[in-house]
Amino acid sequence: MADVDATLTGNRGLALEEAVIFEQDSPGLSGVDLPEPGPGNDRLGGLGRTGAIGLPGLSEPQVVRHYLRLSRMNYGIDSGLYPLGSCTMKYNPRLNERLARLPGLGGLHPLQPTSTVHGALELIDTCAHWLKVLTGMPGITMAPAAGAHGELVGLMTIRAALEARGDARKRVLVPESAHGTNPASAHACGYAVETIAANVRGRVDVGALKAKLDVDVAAIMLTNPNTCGLFETDIIEIADAVHDAGAFFYCDGANFNAIVGRVRPGDLGIDCMHLNLHKTFSTPHGGGGPGSGPVVLSAPLVPYAPLPVVERRGDGFALVEHAGDSSAHPLGRVKGFHGQFGMFVRALAYMMSLGSDGLKQVAEDAVLNANYLLACLKDTLSVPFEGPCMHEVLFDDSFLKDTGVTTLDFAKAMIDEGFHPMTMYFPLVVHGALLMEPTETESKATLDQFIRTVKGLAERARAGDARHFKEAPRLTPRRRLDETAAARNPVLVWRPPPAQAAE
Amino acid sequence: MRYLPLTDGDRREMLAAIGVGSVDDLFVDVPQEARRDRPVELPEHLGEMEVEHAFAAMAARNLSAADVPSFLGAGAYGHHVPAAVDHLIQRGEFLTSYTPYQPEVSQGTLAYLFEFQTQVALITGMEVANASLYDGATACAEAVTMAARITKRKKVVLSGGLHPHYREVTETMTRFLGIEMAAAEPDWRGGEDLASGVDDGTACVVVQNPAFFGHLTDFTPLADACHAAGALLVVVVTEVVSLGAVRPPGEMGADIVAVEGQSLGNALNFGGPTVGVLAARQKHLRQMPGRLVGETTDVDGRRGFVLTLSTREQHIRREKATSNICTNAGLCALAFTIHLTLLGEVGFARLAALNHARAVRLADRLAGIDGIDVVNDTFFNEFTVRLPKPALAVVDALADRKILGGVPVARLIPGRAELEPLLLVAVTEANTEAHIDALTAALREVL
Repeated sequence: MADVDATLTGNRGLALEEAVIFEQDSPGLSGVDLPEPGPGNDRLGGLGRTGAIGLPGLSEPQVVRHYLRLSRMNYGIDSGLYPLGSCTMKYNPRLNERLARLPGLGGLHPLQPTSTVHGALELIDTCAHWLKVLTGMPGITMAPAAGAHGELVGLMTIRAALEARGDARKRVLVPESAHGTNPASAHACGYAVETIAANVRGRVDVGALKAKLDVDVAAIMLTNPNTCGLFETDIIEIADAVHDAGAFFYCDGANFNAIVGRVRPGDLGIDCMHLNLHKTFSTPHGGGGPGSGPVVLSAPLVPYAPLPVVERRGDGFALVEHAGDSSAHPLGRVKGFHGQFGMFVRALAYMMSLGSDGLKQVAEDAVLNANYLLACLKDTLSVPFEGPCMHEVLFDDSFLKDTGVTTLDFAKAMIDEGFHPMTMYFPLVVHGALLMEPTETESKATLDQFIRTVKGLAERARAGDARHFKEAPRLTPRRRLDETAAARNPVLVWRPPPAQAAE
Repeated sequence: MRYLPLTDGDRREMLAAIGVGSVDDLFVDVPQEARRDRPVELPEHLGEMEVEHAFAAMAARNLSAADVPSFLGAGAYGHHVPAAVDHLIQRGEFLTSYTPYQPEVSQGTLAYLFEFQTQVALITGMEVANASLYDGATACAEAVTMAARITKRKKVVLSGGLHPHYREVTETMTRFLGIEMAAAEPDWRGGEDLASGVDDGTACVVVQNPAFFGHLTDFTPLADACHAAGALLVVVVTEVVSLGAVRPPGEMGADIVAVEGQSLGNALNFGGPTVGVLAARQKHLRQMPGRLVGETTDVDGRRGFVLTLSTREQHIRREKATSNICTNAGLCALAFTIHLTLLGEVGFARLAALNHARAVRLADRLAGIDGIDVVNDTFFNEFTVRLPKPALAVVDALADRKILGGVPVARLIPGRAELEPLLLVAVTEANTEAHIDALTAALREVL
């Protein structure tokens, strides 16, 4: 198309282009002033680096501008509604960031003498206590680094408990609506994965589940509320059947935000559940981490929890770092040091800010917001399963039938309207899924604007304006990117252009 | 409650629009026996000031390595992080975004991860790097399972110079995968022979440079021995600043490099979060775990970046994925890459030289104290000393004097008499001459 808005620089007002750092190299520049090392012999034993590394030289203002410009090419929760289903993109309180940077917390070395870190151990123990009370579970490991890591650690704990009773089992049952991490974690724990079908109500088919339960099944991994945004109504019957078969009940806690403060997983017969602190407990997603995935445990699993363990002893705390110092049968170490401490600071600050009353309100408002979207959009979009939903709402793409517009196109048009798209094509149990999770930190005004936008776009699609969607997004720093070319000829590191390289 | 925007009026209007009488009607699918009519037994909500006071009280019960002379290392290093790093990573567009699945609204994240991958490849001397893993220890475990997939072999040799946490994590995470682990004895004197343990069933040998005890080794002969037997060499780097001064693993024949990147841009955080990363040879790209960012073009022909080769990953391949990892360490990778961009070629080399020079200075000072042996001939910014007393007791006595004097080897490898006198001492650019004076004076007192 003829671009009447073309500029000489490629910039468009506040939308600024930015080259990669390697193209801004002024050899010899540095953005850090450091003292001269001074004279002296080295002790590198002849293994000193020879030759240049190839890092670019930039001054501090150039570096600040570079990353500021890059940041402006991103959409975050701070920018607007980010209704990514199963990801719980809620507001990340800035108080948490301040507290994590207190020198007495953020400045602690993990191997200081334990006598110098009693406040840190108290913090870990307090965070663990809140999580245990909220889930109604007797034990917890704070070690896992993220949700998927928690899944794997939870399954390994289950496997260690089973093997300790001489019960080698081979299979893990996973519903077809599960997150991809569930089967991947089961595989990484050495188990075969077997899929359980969903019923017409979007829940686990209990009959199909029972038919697969036998003495070879180590565990079932169930997400509750599930990835269709629905509470598993038969969960207690499922738990009983799993336990009768001698297996353990793993719950994927990614969707805990729907029930936090209102329903305790321990009351549902669950043995093991990870909590994504970067979802329910507001620690920032940070463009893909760091996360934190503590795992709560039922009594039979507690002795097999991994190291380290913080224990209350008298007025103080002890840090159990070695199997020999433990009265139990710990799994071993699953991560360096003591878990994602900086995330415990943030999550505990969040929990203390909201309290038992506020956390209950979190679940209620999250569920209310999702059901409001469902009520206002059910006649516009297509609903595969009857409500009420929990904290997220699932639509399929039958409302786009014969429009020539796909779920992906629809999502890209939402980007031009200033919204981050919902989760698409997941879960796999419905065609062209659109999974929306507004979270409790969105106002009614924001939801109303979103609803009007989705309705308007659906109307436009049905009116036959497929081109509007195919060409979207138009207003972003980059338009649709060629992912096929990227995969066919992977360019994963910057290389100087041939002319420059030849110099 | 300050984080909740709905008013009671909003809630009533929304319930009416939904057509239910109360929010309880939205929880009808929860079994009756699990529904609660009152909040859980925890304190009620607090204002920002009250929460601050509670955390300040907990922080006050710690002695911060940031506030006193500290010589702690062993896989976590107290470096000076430039002010711009922490400012930039708190930009809401970086801090509050998700994994960049929608590239059109994530070019910021994707661009910095592409730059991060490039920087990691350059400093390790490798061809490709991923967009981060949880930490160095889990990266080491991922490197081992990756090597097992590539070689289709099950035997792994772990060096006695490997950080004990890395050894333990690798053993735990591969425990149920039928991998046969042979861990060498703690190699505190350096010079272990690993090549003789390599045979045609070996998937990989895992070494660390600088080693846990501080020694530097040219692994070229070991790499040759591995390759001759069809095995891979995995090199772990726990102190990434060393790569500014020391010949990188890629120039020694490493096939996979597992790095802990905390030293660049990231605070100590009591050990987490930090940032792990894997670098490898291009030919092993499709067996790598984790996110990869690649360059491409948009429909208007402009350069842009996307997540790529996703068919390796769990959200596509489920149980056949190369790893179960999803969320990794994006923001810590951002801190790393900003710090390294600030340093640049000259600054990174100078930072490394400064660390080494300070460490040499302290080693020479300690060698002059009666009863202290500096064990290492070679080191970067951390070395092992042998004390005339158990190191745990010495470190406690130093802590009473508000000096964090080092990490006793027995803290990480307990129950071995010959290791009890050994102390790991790390020195960075953050250690002043006054720190060095304070430690040497205090050691003379307590020994």
